[in-house]
Amino acid sequence: MSTPGAMSTDLTTLDVAALQSALSTGEVSAVEVTRAHLDRIAADDARLGAYLHVDPDAALAAAAEVDRARAAGGELGPLAGIPVALKDVVVTEGVPTTSGSKILEGWRPPYDATVAGRLKAAGTVLLGKTNMDEFAMGSSTENSAYRPTRNPWDLDRIPGGSSGGSSAAVAGHLAPWAIGTDTGGSIRQPAAVTGLVGHKPTYGSVSRYGLIAFSSSLDQAGPMARTVLDAALLHEAIGGHDPRDSTSIDAPLPGLVAAARQGARGDLSGLKVGVVTELGGDGHQEGYGAGVLERVAAAVALLTELGAEVRPVSCPSFDLALAAYYLIAPSEASSNLARFDGVRFGLRVGDDGSADLDEVMALTREQGFGPEVKRRIILGTYALSSGYYEAYYGQAQKVRTLITRDFTAAYGGADGGGVDVLVSPTSPTVAWPIGARVDDPIAMYAADLCTLPASLAGVPAISVPCGLSEGLPVGLQVMAPALADDRCYRVAAALEAAQDAARGHRLLDELPTPAAA
Amino acid sequence: MTTDRLVEFDEVTTRYEPVIGLETHVELGTASKMFCGCSTTFGAEPNTQTCPVCLGLPGSLPVANEAAVAATIQIGLALGSEIAPWCRFARKNYFYPDIPKGFQTSQYDEPLCVGGHLDVEVDGETYRVEIERVHLEEDTGKNLHVGGATGRIHGADHSLVDYNRAGIPLVEIVTRPVPGAGARAPEVARAYVTELREIVQALGVSDVRMEQGSLRCDVNISLNPAGAAEWGTRTETKNVNSLRSVERAVRYEMRRQAARLDDGGRIVQETRHFHEDTGSTSAGRSKEEATDYRYFPEPDLVPIAADADWIAGLKAGLPELPAARRSRLQQEWGISGNEMTWLANAGALGLVEETVAAGASPTDARKWWLGDLARRANEAGSELAELAVTPAQVAELAGLIAEGTINDKLARQVLDRVLAGEGDPAKVVEAQGLAVLGESDELVAAVEAAIAGAPDVVAKVQSGKVQALGALVGAVMKTTRGKADAATVRRMLEERVHTS
Amino acid sequence: MSNLSRTDVEHLARLARLAVTDEELDVFAGQLDVVLGAVARVGEAAVADVPPTSHVVPLTNVFRPDVVTPSLPRDQVLAGAPAAEDDRFRVPRILQEEA
Ligand SMILES: [Mg+2]
Ligand SMILES: [Zn+2]
Repeated sequence: MSTPGAMSTDLTTLDVAALQSALSTGEVSAVEVTRAHLDRIAADDARLGAYLHVDPDAALAAAAEVDRARAAGGELGPLAGIPVALKDVVVTEGVPTTSGSKILEGWRPPYDATVAGRLKAAGTVLLGKTNMDEFAMGSSTENSAYRPTRNPWDLDRIPGGSSGGSSAAVAGHLAPWAIGTDTGGSIRQPAAVTGLVGHKPTYGSVSRYGLIAFSSSLDQAGPMARTVLDAALLHEAIGGHDPRDSTSIDAPLPGLVAAARQGARGDLSGLKVGVVTELGGDGHQEGYGAGVLERVAAAVALLTELGAEVRPVSCPSFDLALAAYYLIAPSEASSNLARFDGVRFGLRVGDDGSADLDEVMALTREQGFGPEVKRRIILGTYALSSGYYEAYYGQAQKVRTLITRDFTAAYGGADGGGVDVLVSPTSPTVAWPIGARVDDPIAMYAADLCTLPASLAGVPAISVPCGLSEGLPVGLQVMAPALADDRCYRVAAALEAAQDAARGHRLLDELPTPAAA
Repeated sequence: MTTDRLVEFDEVTTRYEPVIGLETHVELGTASKMFCGCSTTFGAEPNTQTCPVCLGLPGSLPVANEAAVAATIQIGLALGSEIAPWCRFARKNYFYPDIPKGFQTSQYDEPLCVGGHLDVEVDGETYRVEIERVHLEEDTGKNLHVGGATGRIHGADHSLVDYNRAGIPLVEIVTRPVPGAGARAPEVARAYVTELREIVQALGVSDVRMEQGSLRCDVNISLNPAGAAEWGTRTETKNVNSLRSVERAVRYEMRRQAARLDDGGRIVQETRHFHEDTGSTSAGRSKEEATDYRYFPEPDLVPIAADADWIAGLKAGLPELPAARRSRLQQEWGISGNEMTWLANAGALGLVEETVAAGASPTDARKWWLGDLARRANEAGSELAELAVTPAQVAELAGLIAEGTINDKLARQVLDRVLAGEGDPAKVVEAQGLAVLGESDELVAAVEAAIAGAPDVVAKVQSGKVQALGALVGAVMKTTRGKADAATVRRMLEERVHTS
Repeated sequence: MSNLSRTDVEHLARLARLAVTDEELDVFAGQLDVVLGAVARVGEAAVADVPPTSHVVPLTNVFRPDVVTPSLPRDQVLAGAPAAEDDRFRVPRILQEEA
């Protein structure tokens, strides 16, 4: 583990909590921290492919501004000078934003997403925009229109998706932390398969203003970090009410950093934990890696050792989550992506004077969108079309109600009697080899099996590392009732602390030697 | 453009029964747009009132304008609609360059207001137009077609889009089909839109200027053989943008459809366009396939649940509605229904009411506005309200007559000068010395001069030819240039001729 | 539940303004049929009297006051446009009439 005393060593190995204290005491400057990460990007990103856009000059200028302000004795927020990477779905004023798609190549937005604006106002330094599956549609980042991203644990494997650029950047130490977005698991699954902590907040607790929409009723932005505490810090920086998002909840966030610190003390006595039968439990293990189930079982056992009361909980409707999700998300996407018509921004194809507008729109969308995006647009168009709406979209929305009811029943409503959190594997398998599932949409979609229920119900869920299987990271998912994100952080921090103590180091310390060496 | 064969209008209803229906779009007069803070000011430079939200830029999100929701509820209340206790916005998905998001945010199966009705009067008969729904949506941008002869979409080389109008709140008021209007269907349609426009105006939620497009109409018409149980196939004529056009469009479609049905043809359910210049309609370009809007609840906006208190507050804030006002005024002024209709049609209701409020008698106020002033407005080709005279000035003029300061003839001269901008009536009378002459020295002198100047006439009168006195009256009136009161002059002459 | 034919996919692609190639049509028709088979499972759920969930947040009446806020400067509005003319967005000739 690195300490501020080891400043001569690589600054990119420090977690944010450590960087914060080094910056505030003046041991290091923001420019030094930023330059260390830029150097790491320059050295490693050619093979990782984590970033789509990096502007070293802009990053260094922003860092220098923080240093100047600090030198002048100005009031600086606790995150001032900390570098951050943003998934390219987050709109950034004047900074290229593509959502991983050719249709937006070269677009420089005239405004900032609320998440980007809040991080800017906090004095963080934008390192760059990270790669992703096009329009966040995918679980492997192979659907990026630009290039695939590789998993730092094994360069022949996927880093998860759709926030795979963010997971690879943070796990590969090309950023201390990053913002991801999660529609059906796109923060949690990449975090799980790269050994990171990733949290999908309660729907409505982080502003969606300026996130390029995939599925509006599901999308949430959240933190991806190397420790639970860092994730909580980042979450607190971006969360809270935003009047520009009508679905934003007008209530203060629970104390997430406090919950992480409390959890790290390792006492979970009195906490009731439900292990979801339908997500890898008895009779529901088809498609799950044996090593994954083993690591998850060990983590659950550890929770018991920490004082938690653990019992199996059945959520029968979770079996239908995948079907409901792959109707709802494509339906909303088919509508959200209609604005990419080549009229006001982005790509235009075929405008040679002979083609009419409809033809130009169709050619633009044909060339601008990749195959997975087109597949989902067509599926969503079908599910919403007259005569099919009730059987598909309508039915899926009803299944969504059933899934929410399963959660409510598990948590026992207001009168107690239920569990405090539910746990499951985050991903049924470890990272798979690049290319293994590209021609099999169903196999690809199965990667989201465990993450979809929380997405559909809008409840918070975190993925925390729980060991390695076949030398690759496995994640445990901890789900909590809406607005009780703090429970996710508490349980995750307890587990993280207990595991780190047991193995004597952090899981990420087992990451194969960085190529920078 | 093809020339349609038409049946004489009077003949149409001998064989067919029309059913009409109207969809009216009202642009609300809110300061900002429906889902963003951009201004709604009419006539701004292109694309200067736009932002990420109303341009549909990636990542932007809508937030509903509370004032627009309140205005829609008020329109519903004025029409007697039920206000939905819970409703949602929906996305209407289709591609067109003037809709920035690839969908219009509208309402589908859950409108804000449901039901209601509007009674309109045509030729002394009342027709009830049932309202189907009143919902809230957003307007589109404007396409400008470049190249080609007409500036229309046909034959254009390319088009230019201005999104200033995109996202302005738009209320859509849909009627149920209206059967039973027979030959009066065109007038009923017009009367409905006229009345709706007045209601919206009275509510103060829109300037309802049809020429600026803040009130737009789509007119549905079908014919069925007289006595038939089922209604015929309807056509929808779009963009009928003046009250007169509403009437003309219905009339034209009735005549066209009748001719087609007479010929054994069928009416195609289609969209048609109205042409202001010829008063005709023509078929729109038919689409290869029916549009499928794939409506679904808008996930970016949460439901509207108007609670009883909010609705009660909006109801309490409703102004007196036009129909109620008309019946009140009719009673107060003691006039007939026909006179009231006449006043309303002339656009004189408010002017007369204000003139009465400024002190004139209802009879005088009506006489001036419907008489002299209506004639002058007509000559100038303008509206009564545009004349350069205020109700207060008209009331003052009537007052000067009533107190005998001026007579009718002088009053017209005074009015000319008021209209010419010379000030209030009393000031004009003063400045121009236009007051009626009393038994003043000036008038006595004029009378005596007339007697002295016409001894032969005086002799005639004295010999019993009383009617000869008229010549003397005329002479006095002439020398006083009409300022004298003729009756007074006659009395003064009689006294003097008989005593001499 | 119905199957998705090549013609269906063609129709849907047109509705979605996607000029899919013949090759893509074949691939998509096959893949979408499989996906549709999987998602059709929603039909198995007993949901006769279950209300649909369109919003997971229990919010209603989220409004903004009717206040004008600054618009974007026009040069920024048009900066991202594929084509602009006379301060407006330029688009190719429109054949289809307004919906
Ligand atoms: Mg409409
Ligand atoms: Zn705007």
